[in-house]
Amino acid sequence: MNVHQSGIPVLIVAGPLFAAFLLPLVGWWRRAWAFPIAIAALSLSFGASVVTAQRVLSTGPVHYFMGGWTPPWGIEFRIDPLGALMLLLLSSITLLIAIYSKHSILKELPDREGPFYSVYLLLVSGLTGIVATADMFNMYVFLEISSLTSYALIALGGGAAVVSSFRYVILGTVGAAFYLLAVGYLYSVTGSLNMADLAQILPALYETNAVRVGFGFLVIGLAIKMALFPMHAWLPGAYSDAPSAVSALIAATTTKVAAYALVRVMFFVFEPRFSIELIPVTALLSWMGAIAMILGSVMAIAQTDLKRMLAYSSVAQIGYIVLGIGLANADGLTGGLLHLVNHAVMKGCLFLVAGAIVYRTGVRDIRGLRNLSAKMPWTAGAFTISAFSMIGIPPTSGFFSKLYLILGAAKSEHWVFLGIILFSSVLALVYFVNVIRYMYFPSPAADADTAPPPLDPTRDEAPLTMLVPTTILAAAVVLLGVFNGEIVSRFIDTVIPASFAR
Amino acid sequence: MLTNFVIGHFNVVAYVVLMMLGFYAMTGKNNLVKKLVGMNIFQWSIILFVVSLGAKRGATIPIVLADTHAAVPSDVVLEAAQYANPLPHVLMLTAIVVGVGTTGVALALLLRIYRQYGTLEEDELLDRLRSATR
Repeated sequence: MNVHQSGIPVLIVAGPLFAAFLLPLVGWWRRAWAFPIAIAALSLSFGASVVTAQRVLSTGPVHYFMGGWTPPWGIEFRIDPLGALMLLLLSSITLLIAIYSKHSILKELPDREGPFYSVYLLLVSGLTGIVATADMFNMYVFLEISSLTSYALIALGGGAAVVSSFRYVILGTVGAAFYLLAVGYLYSVTGSLNMADLAQILPALYETNAVRVGFGFLVIGLAIKMALFPMHAWLPGAYSDAPSAVSALIAATTTKVAAYALVRVMFFVFEPRFSIELIPVTALLSWMGAIAMILGSVMAIAQTDLKRMLAYSSVAQIGYIVLGIGLANADGLTGGLLHLVNHAVMKGCLFLVAGAIVYRTGVRDIRGLRNLSAKMPWTAGAFTISAFSMIGIPPTSGFFSKLYLILGAAKSEHWVFLGIILFSSVLALVYFVNVIRYMYFPSPAADADTAPPPLDPTRDEAPLTMLVPTTILAAAVVLLGVFNGEIVSRFIDTVIPASFAR
Repeated sequence: MLTNFVIGHFNVVAYVVLMMLGFYAMTGKNNLVKKLVGMNIFQWSIILFVVSLGAKRGATIPIVLADTHAAVPSDVVLEAAQYANPLPHVLMLTAIVVGVGTTGVALALLLRIYRQYGTLEEDELLDRLRSATR
């Protein structure tokens, strides 16, 4: 077996990990150094994932065997094109949000940069680790590293954030426990934890109860982690009560990584025919995704708090991703994976905008955003671009991922899902246009006596360290749309299982 | 039939019962500390189950001593069935550490909830949250 080995993928995970342990010490000695070290570690991680992506695209999947132990005995890192895309996405977004957080953290959490960036870096290493690893138990550990750190980060927000965080602890731990139980079941019949090895051993055991039960627990556990519809209860509170930078960080990354893990397990560890025919979990997932798309959007329309609206919109967008996975044909899965990437970028951008507005004005109520286009034109512009993408207006990225999803639904003749995709887009139009209307057209609100007063229209843009990351993400929303063909053909097409209908 | 199943799958029955106990405490109890205890029972039930998978009656630790090598002639193959698989226990050692970490974070959160709202009863907490937003 000729495998391409490289130690560079390890840097993506280990860079932030070591810096996370260094930071509290340095931060205690010289607090001003905490931020530069965090940025340096995240830049290293980003650079390493760029190099990894180049290697993966030129020579195929990159492997690294921890401590020189070959799989299935040792822990293996394996990066295929899809993993390379996820690592690029994670390391670039976390770097941008770290730059953004410099000012907002100084204001929201004064004197606590050291611990904050330490936990931030641990979260990044957990997320990248989930993507990089090819070992089921190692994935559990990384899953819990990322979950524990996001509990801590969410609790840093004021007010009800601690309660939201505690709720997330309980539900998130149940999800992780189910995942662990599933790993136990699979290990009990296969004696292996390596994903490639499991994929070879499992087909002979598909009829056994242990494998079926294990698969069920895997899907439920990851569905809780990704806040799929009936298990989404932790998400709105956690996203809306966290500090601004943290909201953007976890909204852009944690649920997406869980969705990626679900794709890995369903179509790579298990064969697609298992999750489509032997246990028809794809059909169930499609319906859960479809319900999430409708209910999440309806709940989003009902919100007056901007961050809470964005949080419910996330519930709906997870529905799109899961529907794409559940359609289980080439176009559907492409759409789901592309939407996963696009949604990370656009929801990250939207939460950064919400944070910038809170930073400058302290306003969270949508009706209080009147005159924002005059006060913060760049921020309002970034919001508008991302909102167009969420609705699905070309040439933004959201249009193309929804197009693939619609093609996928049409190819497998699921006309109901096609209708739901379109209907949910209309609902997204309703709640985003409502916000844009308040930002750009200072018409008096219908309930003028309870609505907060309009903003002072004198120009007062967010500081540059907040504005630049927001603008880059808004530009990325358009660029991802323009170059969607490149992304699909280079990163996604090669990993679509061969048995899928094209 | 049922008795045979219970005796044959004693570990499975034990973990399911424990798990449901934990689940009951997490959903049915009003006190947040009791919810946390329920969460812990839930986690430990799974850890116990996976540890039980590695248990084997009459087996020994998987270490081949140097003098055993000398004692057995080279044509005798070491019986794998005589050794217990240590991996489930090692994995669960990691899972226990993760569980301790989770409990620590949850306790810290509970401490802050108590300082902020003066209660750990869920219904009182929800009342105070509602009056805070008004």
